[in-house]
Amino acid sequence: MAYVVPRPNLTWKEKIYLPSIVAGLFITIKHLKRMLTGQTKVIMQYPEQKWDSHMPEHYRGAPTLVKDEHGRERCVACQLCEFICPPRAITIIPEEIPAESKFARVEKRPKEFEIDMIRCIYCGLCEEVCPEQAIFLRKDYAITGTSRAEMKHDKARLYELGGVMEGLVHKWNPQK
Amino acid sequence: MDFLTSSSFWFLTGTSLAKTFFIVALVLTLVSYTVYAERRVSALIQDRLGPNRTGFPLSLIGFKRDFSPFLGGLGQPIADAVKFLLKEDFVPAHVNKLYFWIAPTLAMMPALVALAAIPYGSTFLGVPMVVANINVGILFMFAISSVSVYGIVLAGWSSNSKYPFLGSIRSTSQMISYELGMGLSAVPILLIAGTTSLPKIVEYQIENGWMMLPYSNGHFGFAKTILWIPVFISFVTFTISMFAETNRLPFDLPESETELVAGYHTEYSSMKFALFFLGEYTAMIAGSALIVVLFLGGYHIPGIPNGEGMGGIPLLRDLPSWIWGLVNIVTFFAKVVVLLFVFIWVRWTLPRFRYDQLMKLGWLYIFEIALVNIFITAGILAFTH
Repeated sequence: MAYVVPRPNLTWKEKIYLPSIVAGLFITIKHLKRMLTGQTKVIMQYPEQKWDSHMPEHYRGAPTLVKDEHGRERCVACQLCEFICPPRAITIIPEEIPAESKFARVEKRPKEFEIDMIRCIYCGLCEEVCPEQAIFLRKDYAITGTSRAEMKHDKARLYELGGVMEGLVHKWNPQK
Repeated sequence: MDFLTSSSFWFLTGTSLAKTFFIVALVLTLVSYTVYAERRVSALIQDRLGPNRTGFPLSLIGFKRDFSPFLGGLGQPIADAVKFLLKEDFVPAHVNKLYFWIAPTLAMMPALVALAAIPYGSTFLGVPMVVANINVGILFMFAISSVSVYGIVLAGWSSNSKYPFLGSIRSTSQMISYELGMGLSAVPILLIAGTTSLPKIVEYQIENGWMMLPYSNGHFGFAKTILWIPVFISFVTFTISMFAETNRLPFDLPESETELVAGYHTEYSSMKFALFFLGEYTAMIAGSALIVVLFLGGYHIPGIPNGEGMGGIPLLRDLPSWIWGLVNIVTFFAKVVVLLFVFIWVRWTLPRFRYDQLMKLGWLYIFEIALVNIFITAGILAFTH
């Protein structure tokens, strides 16, 4: 069945557009005035002002490696994160820990640990899968670089970003 | 060949060249800052800040610090220009090369040439501040500024691509439907002033009050009070037509981004695109200048003498007259800047008209109103003068 949409009967004021155009102009100039007088506060000046303090604890930023309170690398190069990583951003080359080292009981550590931050999707599966609680997603979100090589975080950079994480795992603690 | 040795010929040539250089340099600067103002004002209207970072990179040329004056972002036009110059100038393989290269120039040049007839000041050191003082100034403006549609049409046709083509066709029909209304709405002014020379129109307004402000010469009169009504109508129709003529929103159908990608300049990049951009804004400035000359008293403020120290408040005439010549130039461009702000303000307020609405507005309203307005003006003039 045909349905006829009733056309509204416009008054002559509405037909000549001009009154509503002028009304619209007043609305926009009001917004401009409110911006100029600082009444509108919706803008965060990004590099100077950041929302870091509002970020929740579970924020998933850049993945990093952490050391424990004795300065031991927590990572034991089990490569679980490398296998679970959906975009395959992680590359690990394990090595034996030399016998004279303080942490010789741990047996293995990563020789190379590389995360390609161009590939990383910040999913957090590496953190979830890690049995040693060695890899954590920290709150760094502005990961930039001027070349592809710079965007590959090597072991040193990952430890620098990660820092020290105390507690949680005491599996390799000789005191226990 | 006697004229080659006469000093007046060389004086005329020299001053004309100087004035041309001055007006082109000034207008191009004004254009780049209009683009900046466009971005800034649109941002403020939309509760954003807009480009407020780019300063002048003085540290590159040996100064200690970069300079970023009060508003911030004032170096943005320089950054934009450098970006346009350094980008790849890509010419698609399927275009008609000759017209593809001519089109940006054709869009840019008419707007610049049209500035020649604009009186942007009274006199400065005895030189009249208009590049070409021709007695058909307004006809020249209309003729030249409608040439710029060829740039758009050629760009659309030579691009050999559907969106530019649609944009250029729209531009043609828009131009036809608005040129008429625009020309006709200027006729009442010509009737009242009795001349088509733009400097003479301004002089008429100084003597008898601005067209839009009839009491600005300090005299009241019944005739000009009545005349103000048709002048106001013609001001409204002329301004609306000027929006359409310069392809500004709400009449930016040739480039309507939401429908036609970028309209007639879709296939253009780098400096060729920049030329279209500059042409559009130069046309905007030329249009605002024409509105200022026709309706808003040109370079004149009530009470300020002209560049020869004539008119105005007697006390002010004691100061050296070149100051007033300068003040007149500044006044003119201040009025132009205010109109440019209105152009930007309207753009960020109104949505685009639909194509048939535009045609209807042009042919059924503006054209008729302007036509009837001429007869009203003529009638009032016949009865009161």
